[in-house]
Amino acid sequence: MTIKVNKFKCGYCGACVSVCLPGALELVETWIEVDDSCTSCGICAKICPVGAIEVSR
Amino acid sequence: MKDQYDVIVIGAGPGGSSAAKAAAEKGLSVLMIEKRQEIGDPVRCAEGVSKVWLRKHIEPDHRWICADVKGSRIFSPDGSMIEMAEEIAGGEVGYVLERKIFDRALACESAKAGADVMVKTRATGLIIEDHFVRGVKLMHLGEEREIRSKVVIGADGVESKVGRWAGIDTSLKPKDIETCAQFLMSGTGIDQNYCYFYLGNEIAPSGYIWVFPKGQGLANVGIGILGSKSGKKHAIDYLKEFVAKKFPDAKVLEIDVGGVPVSGSIDKTIANGLMLVGDAARQSDPITGGGIINAMEAGKMAGEVAFEAISKNDVSTATLGLYEKKWRQKIGMDIDNSLIVKDIFTGFTDKEIDSLAHSLEGVNFSSMSLLDLLYALFKANKKLLWDLRVLFKNVVKYELDFER
Repeated sequence: MTIKVNKFKCGYCGACVSVCLPGALELVETWIEVDDSCTSCGICAKICPVGAIEVSR
Repeated sequence: MKDQYDVIVIGAGPGGSSAAKAAAEKGLSVLMIEKRQEIGDPVRCAEGVSKVWLRKHIEPDHRWICADVKGSRIFSPDGSMIEMAEEIAGGEVGYVLERKIFDRALACESAKAGADVMVKTRATGLIIEDHFVRGVKLMHLGEEREIRSKVVIGADGVESKVGRWAGIDTSLKPKDIETCAQFLMSGTGIDQNYCYFYLGNEIAPSGYIWVFPKGQGLANVGIGILGSKSGKKHAIDYLKEFVAKKFPDAKVLEIDVGGVPVSGSIDKTIANGLMLVGDAARQSDPITGGGIINAMEAGKMAGEVAFEAISKNDVSTATLGLYEKKWRQKIGMDIDNSLIVKDIFTGFTDKEIDSLAHSLEGVNFSSMSLLDLLYALFKANKKLLWDLRVLFKNVVKYELDFER
Protein backbone atom coordinates (compact mmCIF):
# COMPACT_ATOMS: atom_id res chain seq x y z
CA MET A 1 0.00 0.00 0.00
CA THR A 2 1.26 3.42 -0.80
CA ILE A 3 0.48 6.84 -2.21
CA LYS A 4 1.49 8.63 -5.36
CA VAL A 5 2.72 12.19 -5.12
CA ASN A 6 2.50 14.27 -8.27
CA LYS A 7 5.83 16.07 -8.06
CA PHE A 8 4.73 18.59 -10.67
CA LYS A 9 1.90 19.75 -8.39
CA CYS A 10 3.57 19.30 -4.99
CA GLY A 11 4.71 22.51 -3.28
CA TYR A 12 6.83 20.51 -0.79
CA CYS A 13 5.20 22.21 2.22
CA GLY A 14 5.24 19.16 4.50
CA ALA A 15 1.56 19.38 5.55
CA CYS A 16 1.07 15.72 4.56
CA VAL A 17 3.97 14.64 6.77
CA SER A 18 2.34 16.25 9.83
CA VAL A 19 -0.93 14.31 9.50
CA CYS A 20 0.61 10.92 8.72
CA LEU A 21 -0.22 8.72 11.70
CA PRO A 22 2.41 5.98 11.14
CA GLY A 23 5.03 8.56 10.15
CA ALA A 24 5.46 7.02 6.72
CA LEU A 25 6.16 10.32 4.96
CA GLU A 26 9.27 12.47 4.91
CA LEU A 27 9.90 15.81 3.24
CA VAL A 28 13.38 15.57 1.76
CA GLU A 29 14.35 19.04 0.52
CA THR A 30 11.95 19.34 -2.43
CA TRP A 31 10.18 16.01 -2.59
CA ILE A 32 8.11 13.62 -0.48
CA GLU A 33 9.36 10.12 0.27
CA VAL A 34 7.02 7.34 1.40
CA ASP A 35 8.16 4.26 3.33
CA ASP A 36 6.38 0.93 3.62
CA SER A 37 4.58 1.79 6.86
CA CYS A 38 2.02 3.68 4.71
CA THR A 39 -1.47 2.28 5.31
CA SER A 40 -3.12 4.12 2.39
CA CYS A 41 -5.47 5.79 4.88
CA GLY A 42 -5.71 8.79 2.57
CA ILE A 43 -5.53 11.54 5.20
CA CYS A 44 -2.54 13.12 3.44
CA ALA A 45 -4.43 13.18 0.12
CA LYS A 46 -7.40 14.80 1.86
CA ILE A 47 -5.49 17.66 3.45
CA CYS A 48 -2.91 18.39 0.72
CA PRO A 49 -3.36 22.12 -0.09
CA VAL A 50 -2.88 21.53 -3.82
CA GLY A 51 -4.33 18.03 -4.26
CA ALA A 52 -1.01 16.52 -5.32
CA ILE A 53 -1.51 13.15 -3.59
CA GLU A 54 -3.37 10.11 -4.88
CA VAL A 55 -3.93 6.95 -2.85
CA SER A 56 -3.08 3.66 -4.52
CA ARG A 57 -4.68 0.67 -2.84
CA MET B 1 33.64 20.28 11.11
CA LYS B 2 33.24 19.43 14.79
CA ASP B 3 31.61 16.17 15.87
CA GLN B 4 30.47 17.39 19.30
CA TYR B 5 28.44 20.43 20.36
CA ASP B 6 26.64 21.55 23.48
CA VAL B 7 23.45 22.16 21.50
CA ILE B 8 22.23 21.10 18.06
CA VAL B 9 19.24 23.00 16.68
CA ILE B 10 17.31 21.28 13.90
CA GLY B 11 15.67 23.79 11.56
CA ALA B 12 16.62 27.39 10.79
CA GLY B 13 13.23 29.12 10.89
CA PRO B 14 12.47 31.89 13.41
CA GLY B 15 12.17 29.36 16.27
CA GLY B 16 15.44 27.59 15.51
CA SER B 17 17.41 30.78 14.94
CA SER B 18 16.14 32.31 18.19
CA ALA B 19 17.10 29.18 20.11
CA ALA B 20 20.54 29.03 18.48
CA LYS B 21 21.16 32.70 19.17
CA ALA B 22 20.07 32.50 22.81
CA ALA B 23 22.20 29.42 23.47
CA ALA B 24 25.26 30.85 21.67
CA GLU B 25 24.97 34.15 23.55
CA LYS B 26 25.19 32.18 26.79
CA GLY B 27 28.53 30.83 25.58
CA LEU B 28 27.40 27.36 24.53
CA SER B 29 28.79 25.73 21.39
CA VAL B 30 25.85 25.54 18.98
CA LEU B 31 25.21 23.93 15.60
CA MET B 32 22.06 24.83 13.65
CA ILE B 33 21.20 22.65 10.67
CA GLU B 34 18.73 23.41 7.88
CA LYS B 35 17.66 20.83 5.30
CA ARG B 36 16.93 23.35 2.59
CA GLN B 37 19.71 24.84 0.55
CA GLU B 38 18.33 28.33 1.13
CA ILE B 39 17.12 29.51 4.54
CA GLY B 40 13.62 31.00 4.35
CA ASP B 41 12.72 29.68 0.90
CA PRO B 42 10.19 28.52 -0.22
CA VAL B 43 7.86 30.62 1.91
CA ARG B 44 4.93 28.90 3.68
CA CYS B 45 3.51 31.91 5.41
CA ALA B 46 1.19 34.91 5.06
CA GLU B 47 4.10 36.94 6.49
CA GLY B 48 2.08 39.14 8.84
CA VAL B 49 3.51 39.84 12.27
CA SER B 50 2.66 41.99 15.29
CA LYS B 51 4.94 45.01 15.55
CA VAL B 52 4.99 45.25 19.31
CA TRP B 53 5.94 41.61 19.76
CA LEU B 54 8.50 41.57 16.96
CA ARG B 55 10.34 44.53 18.50
CA LYS B 56 10.93 42.46 21.63
CA HIS B 57 13.15 40.16 19.57
CA ILE B 58 14.73 42.16 16.77
CA GLU B 59 15.03 45.78 15.68
CA PRO B 60 12.79 46.25 12.61
CA ASP B 61 14.85 46.54 9.42
CA HIS B 62 13.54 47.95 6.13
CA ARG B 63 15.32 45.16 4.25
CA TRP B 64 12.74 42.63 5.42
CA ILE B 65 9.68 44.78 6.01
CA CYS B 66 7.44 45.00 2.93
CA ALA B 67 4.51 46.86 4.38
CA ASP B 68 3.53 48.69 7.54
CA VAL B 69 -0.20 48.25 8.07
CA LYS B 70 -2.42 50.34 10.32
CA GLY B 71 -5.52 48.21 10.54
CA SER B 72 -7.50 45.29 9.34
CA ARG B 73 -10.87 44.91 7.68
CA ILE B 74 -12.87 41.77 8.30
CA PHE B 75 -15.69 40.83 5.93
CA SER B 76 -18.53 38.50 6.92
CA PRO B 77 -20.15 36.31 4.23
CA ASP B 78 -22.78 38.95 3.30
CA GLY B 79 -20.07 41.59 2.91
CA SER B 80 -20.53 43.40 6.24
CA MET B 81 -17.25 44.94 7.32
CA ILE B 82 -15.66 45.25 10.75
CA GLU B 83 -12.69 47.58 10.85
CA MET B 84 -10.11 47.34 13.59
CA ALA B 85 -7.11 49.48 14.43
CA GLU B 86 -3.68 47.90 14.40
CA GLU B 87 -3.25 47.35 18.12
CA ILE B 88 -6.42 45.28 18.36
CA ALA B 89 -6.15 43.09 15.32
CA GLY B 90 -4.19 40.33 16.99
CA GLY B 91 -0.84 38.78 16.20
CA GLU B 92 -1.27 38.87 12.46
CA VAL B 93 -1.32 42.62 11.87
CA GLY B 94 1.52 45.07 12.02
CA TYR B 95 4.29 44.43 9.58
CA VAL B 96 4.17 42.29 6.49
CA LEU B 97 7.57 40.64 6.20
CA GLU B 98 9.72 39.30 3.40
CA ARG B 99 10.32 35.93 5.06
CA LYS B 100 13.10 34.94 2.68
CA ILE B 101 15.16 37.87 3.93
CA PHE B 102 13.83 37.89 7.50
CA ASP B 103 14.65 34.23 8.18
CA ARG B 104 18.14 34.63 6.76
CA ALA B 105 18.67 37.77 8.87
CA LEU B 106 17.69 35.81 12.02
CA ALA B 107 20.03 32.95 11.07
CA CYS B 108 22.75 35.53 10.54
CA GLU B 109 22.14 36.89 14.05
CA SER B 110 22.66 33.44 15.54
CA ALA B 111 25.80 32.98 13.45
CA LYS B 112 27.10 36.34 14.70
CA ALA B 113 26.42 35.16 18.24
CA GLY B 114 28.76 32.23 17.54
CA ALA B 115 26.52 29.41 16.29
CA ASP B 116 27.73 27.21 13.43
CA VAL B 117 25.22 26.86 10.59
CA MET B 118 24.94 24.05 8.05
CA VAL B 119 22.46 24.21 5.17
CA LYS B 120 21.38 21.42 2.84
CA THR B 121 21.76 19.26 5.93
CA ARG B 122 18.85 17.07 7.01
CA ALA B 123 18.36 15.26 10.31
CA THR B 124 17.59 11.60 9.61
CA GLY B 125 17.35 10.43 13.21
CA LEU B 126 18.46 10.98 16.79
CA ILE B 127 21.26 9.33 18.71
CA ILE B 128 19.45 7.91 21.75
CA GLU B 129 21.35 6.20 24.58
CA ASP B 130 20.02 5.21 28.01
CA HIS B 131 16.74 7.04 27.29
CA PHE B 132 18.60 10.28 26.58
CA VAL B 133 18.88 12.12 23.28
CA ARG B 134 22.64 12.45 22.74
CA GLY B 135 22.92 13.88 19.27
CA VAL B 136 21.71 13.85 15.70
CA LYS B 137 22.13 11.56 12.71
CA LEU B 138 22.26 13.73 9.64
CA MET B 139 22.84 13.83 5.94
CA HIS B 140 24.92 16.64 4.45
CA LEU B 141 25.27 16.81 0.68
CA GLY B 142 24.49 13.12 0.40
CA GLU B 143 26.92 12.07 3.10
CA GLU B 144 25.67 10.51 6.33
CA ARG B 145 27.26 11.34 9.66
CA GLU B 146 26.57 11.61 13.37
CA ILE B 147 27.15 14.62 15.57
CA ARG B 148 26.82 14.38 19.32
CA SER B 149 25.37 17.01 21.64
CA LYS B 150 24.19 17.48 25.20
CA VAL B 151 20.87 18.98 24.11
CA VAL B 152 18.89 18.82 20.85
CA ILE B 153 16.33 21.49 20.02
CA GLY B 154 13.76 20.38 17.43
CA ALA B 155 12.58 23.38 15.43
CA ASP B 156 11.78 21.36 12.34
CA GLY B 157 8.43 22.87 11.53
CA VAL B 158 5.01 21.48 10.76
CA GLU B 159 6.53 18.30 9.28
CA SER B 160 8.55 17.70 12.47
CA LYS B 161 9.97 14.23 12.96
CA VAL B 162 12.25 15.06 15.88
CA GLY B 163 9.49 14.74 18.48
CA ARG B 164 8.31 11.44 17.06
CA TRP B 165 11.84 10.04 17.10
CA ALA B 166 11.97 10.79 20.83
CA GLY B 167 8.59 9.20 21.50
CA ILE B 168 6.43 12.34 21.50
CA ASP B 169 3.39 11.90 19.26
CA THR B 170 3.08 15.17 17.33
CA SER B 171 0.89 13.85 14.52
CA LEU B 172 -2.03 16.12 13.68
CA LYS B 173 -5.62 15.13 12.92
CA PRO B 174 -7.31 16.78 9.92
CA LYS B 175 -9.23 19.05 12.28
CA ASP B 176 -5.93 20.11 13.86
CA ILE B 177 -4.43 21.65 10.72
CA GLU B 178 -5.30 24.56 8.48
CA THR B 179 -4.31 23.67 4.94
CA CYS B 180 -3.18 26.80 3.13
CA ALA B 181 -2.36 28.17 -0.30
CA GLN B 182 -1.28 31.66 -1.27
CA PHE B 183 -0.56 33.71 -4.37
CA LEU B 184 1.78 36.67 -4.36
CA MET B 185 -0.12 38.95 -6.74
CA SER B 186 0.40 42.21 -8.58
CA GLY B 187 -2.43 44.43 -9.66
CA THR B 188 -4.98 43.69 -6.91
CA GLY B 189 -5.49 47.42 -6.39
CA ILE B 190 -5.94 47.06 -2.61
CA ASP B 191 -5.30 49.88 -0.14
CA GLN B 192 -1.82 48.98 1.13
CA ASN B 193 -2.60 50.31 4.61
CA TYR B 194 -4.88 47.42 5.52
CA CYS B 195 -4.94 43.68 5.93
CA TYR B 196 -8.17 42.10 4.72
CA PHE B 197 -9.90 38.98 6.01
CA TYR B 198 -12.84 37.26 4.32
CA LEU B 199 -14.95 34.77 6.28
CA GLY B 200 -17.51 32.25 5.10
CA ASN B 201 -18.00 28.53 4.67
CA GLU B 202 -18.70 28.93 0.95
CA ILE B 203 -15.38 30.63 0.25
CA ALA B 204 -13.17 29.20 3.03
CA PRO B 205 -14.73 26.39 5.11
CA SER B 206 -13.70 26.77 8.78
CA GLY B 207 -10.94 29.16 7.87
CA TYR B 208 -10.50 32.47 6.13
CA ILE B 209 -9.07 34.20 3.10
CA TRP B 210 -6.48 36.90 3.72
CA VAL B 211 -5.15 39.70 1.58
CA PHE B 212 -1.99 41.23 3.04
CA PRO B 213 -0.22 44.16 1.37
CA LYS B 214 3.40 43.50 0.38
CA GLY B 215 4.33 46.98 -0.82
CA GLN B 216 4.84 48.30 -4.35
CA GLY B 217 1.35 47.24 -5.38
CA LEU B 218 1.87 43.60 -4.42
CA ALA B 219 -0.23 41.48 -2.05
CA ASN B 220 -0.25 38.04 -0.47
CA VAL B 221 -3.67 36.60 -1.30
CA GLY B 222 -4.09 33.37 0.61
CA ILE B 223 -6.49 30.92 2.15
CA GLY B 224 -6.54 28.48 5.03
CA ILE B 225 -9.27 25.87 5.39
CA LEU B 226 -9.63 23.30 8.13
CA GLY B 227 -8.13 19.97 7.09
CA SER B 228 -11.34 18.15 7.99
CA LYS B 229 -13.18 20.30 5.41
CA SER B 230 -10.63 19.65 2.67
CA GLY B 231 -10.92 16.76 0.23
CA LYS B 232 -13.19 17.13 -2.77
CA LYS B 233 -11.87 20.64 -3.12
CA HIS B 234 -8.46 21.65 -1.87
CA ALA B 235 -7.25 25.00 -0.52
CA ILE B 236 -5.86 26.04 -3.89
CA ASP B 237 -9.21 25.38 -5.62
CA TYR B 238 -11.01 27.74 -3.24
CA LEU B 239 -8.26 30.31 -3.69
CA LYS B 240 -8.51 30.19 -7.48
CA GLU B 241 -12.28 30.73 -7.24
CA PHE B 242 -11.87 33.73 -4.94
CA VAL B 243 -9.17 35.31 -7.06
CA ALA B 244 -11.10 34.82 -10.31
CA LYS B 245 -14.03 36.67 -8.77
CA LYS B 246 -12.28 39.32 -6.72
CA PHE B 247 -9.09 40.08 -8.65
CA PRO B 248 -9.73 38.85 -12.21
CA ASP B 249 -7.01 41.08 -13.68
CA ALA B 250 -4.31 40.53 -11.06
CA LYS B 251 -1.24 38.43 -11.91
CA VAL B 252 0.25 35.57 -9.89
CA LEU B 253 3.99 36.08 -9.26
CA GLU B 254 4.52 33.26 -6.75
CA ILE B 255 2.65 30.27 -5.30
CA ASP B 256 3.13 29.35 -1.64
CA VAL B 257 1.57 26.39 0.18
CA GLY B 258 1.67 25.13 3.74
CA GLY B 259 -0.01 23.53 6.71
CA VAL B 260 -0.52 25.40 9.99
CA PRO B 261 -1.02 23.47 13.24
CA VAL B 262 -4.20 24.63 15.02
CA SER B 263 -4.35 21.80 17.55
CA GLY B 264 -3.66 24.01 20.54
CA SER B 265 -0.85 23.16 22.93
CA ILE B 266 0.20 19.52 23.03
CA ASP B 267 0.80 17.53 26.23
CA LYS B 268 4.56 17.22 26.04
CA THR B 269 7.29 19.18 24.28
CA ILE B 270 10.35 17.77 26.05
CA ALA B 271 12.21 14.51 26.52
CA ASN B 272 15.55 13.78 28.16
CA GLY B 273 18.04 15.91 26.20
CA LEU B 274 15.37 17.31 23.87
CA MET B 275 13.10 20.34 23.51
CA LEU B 276 10.64 21.16 20.70
CA VAL B 277 9.89 24.74 19.62
CA GLY B 278 7.59 26.54 17.20
CA ASP B 279 5.41 24.65 14.73
CA ALA B 280 7.24 21.44 15.72
CA ALA B 281 5.76 21.95 19.21
CA ARG B 282 2.41 23.01 17.69
CA GLN B 283 2.79 26.47 19.23
CA SER B 284 1.07 28.41 16.43
CA ASP B 285 -2.09 30.32 17.32
CA PRO B 286 -5.25 28.33 16.51
CA ILE B 287 -7.26 31.44 15.57
CA THR B 288 -4.89 33.61 13.55
CA GLY B 289 -2.54 30.84 12.48
CA GLY B 290 0.31 33.17 13.44
CA GLY B 291 3.40 31.33 14.59
CA ILE B 292 6.46 33.54 14.12
CA ILE B 293 6.39 35.34 17.45
CA ASN B 294 5.42 32.26 19.49
CA ALA B 295 8.26 30.33 17.87
CA MET B 296 10.72 33.12 18.68
CA GLU B 297 9.52 33.37 22.27
CA ALA B 298 9.75 29.61 22.76
CA GLY B 299 13.08 29.39 20.90
CA LYS B 300 14.66 31.97 23.17
CA MET B 301 13.39 30.16 26.27
CA ALA B 302 14.65 26.81 24.98
CA GLY B 303 18.12 28.26 24.29
CA GLU B 304 18.29 29.72 27.79
CA VAL B 305 17.02 26.57 29.48
CA ALA B 306 19.58 24.54 27.51
CA PHE B 307 22.26 26.70 29.12
CA GLU B 308 20.83 26.17 32.61
CA ALA B 309 20.53 22.43 32.11
CA ILE B 310 24.05 22.05 30.71
CA SER B 311 25.46 24.23 33.51
CA LYS B 312 23.77 22.00 36.07
CA ASN B 313 24.96 18.94 34.18
CA ASP B 314 21.37 17.67 34.15
CA VAL B 315 19.60 17.60 30.79
CA SER B 316 16.85 15.28 31.99
CA THR B 317 13.19 16.29 31.81
CA ALA B 318 13.52 17.35 35.46
CA THR B 319 15.51 20.40 34.36
CA LEU B 320 14.13 20.80 30.85
CA GLY B 321 10.68 20.92 32.46
CA LEU B 322 11.58 24.53 33.17
CA TYR B 323 11.21 25.23 29.44
CA GLU B 324 7.86 23.50 29.38
CA LYS B 325 6.68 25.55 32.35
CA LYS B 326 8.01 28.83 30.95
CA TRP B 327 6.45 28.60 27.49
CA ARG B 328 3.10 27.47 28.84
CA GLN B 329 3.08 30.47 31.19
CA LYS B 330 4.11 32.98 28.54
CA ILE B 331 2.25 31.83 25.40
CA GLY B 332 0.38 28.69 26.36
CA MET B 333 -2.63 30.42 27.87
CA ASP B 334 -3.19 32.52 24.73
CA ILE B 335 -2.89 29.40 22.58
CA ASP B 336 -5.44 27.57 24.70
CA ASN B 337 -7.85 30.53 24.69
CA SER B 338 -7.51 30.76 20.92
CA LEU B 339 -8.34 27.08 20.67
CA ILE B 340 -11.63 27.68 22.51
CA VAL B 341 -12.45 30.53 20.12
CA LYS B 342 -11.45 28.44 17.10
CA ASP B 343 -13.64 25.52 18.15
CA ILE B 344 -16.65 27.82 18.48
CA PHE B 345 -16.10 29.86 15.33
CA THR B 346 -15.35 26.93 13.03
CA GLY B 347 -18.80 25.56 13.94
CA PHE B 348 -20.74 28.66 12.83
CA THR B 349 -22.91 28.83 9.73
CA ASP B 350 -22.54 31.80 7.40
CA LYS B 351 -25.82 33.20 8.77
CA GLU B 352 -24.43 33.11 12.30
CA ILE B 353 -21.19 34.82 11.23
CA ASP B 354 -23.27 37.52 9.51
CA SER B 355 -25.39 38.08 12.59
CA LEU B 356 -22.24 38.40 14.72
CA ALA B 357 -20.90 41.02 12.32
CA HIS B 358 -24.23 42.88 12.37
CA SER B 359 -24.19 42.95 16.16
CA LEU B 360 -21.06 45.10 16.00
CA GLU B 361 -22.42 47.66 13.55
CA GLY B 362 -21.68 51.19 14.66
CA VAL B 363 -19.27 50.05 17.38
CA ASN B 364 -15.98 51.89 17.40
CA PHE B 365 -13.07 49.52 18.03
CA SER B 366 -10.14 51.87 17.77
CA SER B 367 -9.30 51.55 21.46
CA MET B 368 -9.98 47.86 22.00
CA SER B 369 -7.90 44.70 22.01
CA LEU B 370 -8.77 41.46 20.22
CA LEU B 371 -9.94 40.17 23.57
CA ASP B 372 -12.12 43.25 23.96
CA LEU B 373 -13.58 42.61 20.53
CA LEU B 374 -14.43 39.06 21.54
CA TYR B 375 -15.92 40.37 24.78
CA ALA B 376 -18.05 42.88 22.85
CA LEU B 377 -19.21 40.02 20.65
CA PHE B 378 -19.89 37.90 23.72
CA LYS B 379 -21.92 40.63 25.40
CA ALA B 380 -24.07 41.17 22.30
CA ASN B 381 -24.47 37.45 21.51
CA LYS B 382 -24.43 35.61 24.84
CA LYS B 383 -26.60 32.77 23.62
CA LEU B 384 -24.56 32.07 20.52
CA LEU B 385 -21.21 32.57 22.24
CA TRP B 386 -22.05 31.08 25.62
CA ASP B 387 -19.07 28.71 25.41
CA LEU B 388 -16.75 31.71 25.34
CA ARG B 389 -17.61 32.51 28.97
CA VAL B 390 -14.77 30.21 30.08
CA LEU B 391 -12.37 32.49 28.29
CA PHE B 392 -13.51 35.55 30.17
CA LYS B 393 -13.43 33.72 33.46
CA ASN B 394 -9.76 33.11 32.72
CA VAL B 395 -9.34 36.72 31.78
CA VAL B 396 -10.70 37.84 35.13
CA LYS B 397 -8.52 35.33 36.87
CA TYR B 398 -5.42 36.66 35.16
CA GLU B 399 -6.54 40.23 35.82
CA LEU B 400 -6.64 41.49 32.27
CA ASP B 401 -8.76 44.59 32.06
CA PHE B 402 -11.15 43.80 29.26
CA GLU B 403 -13.67 46.49 30.24
CA ARG B 404 -11.14 49.20 29.47
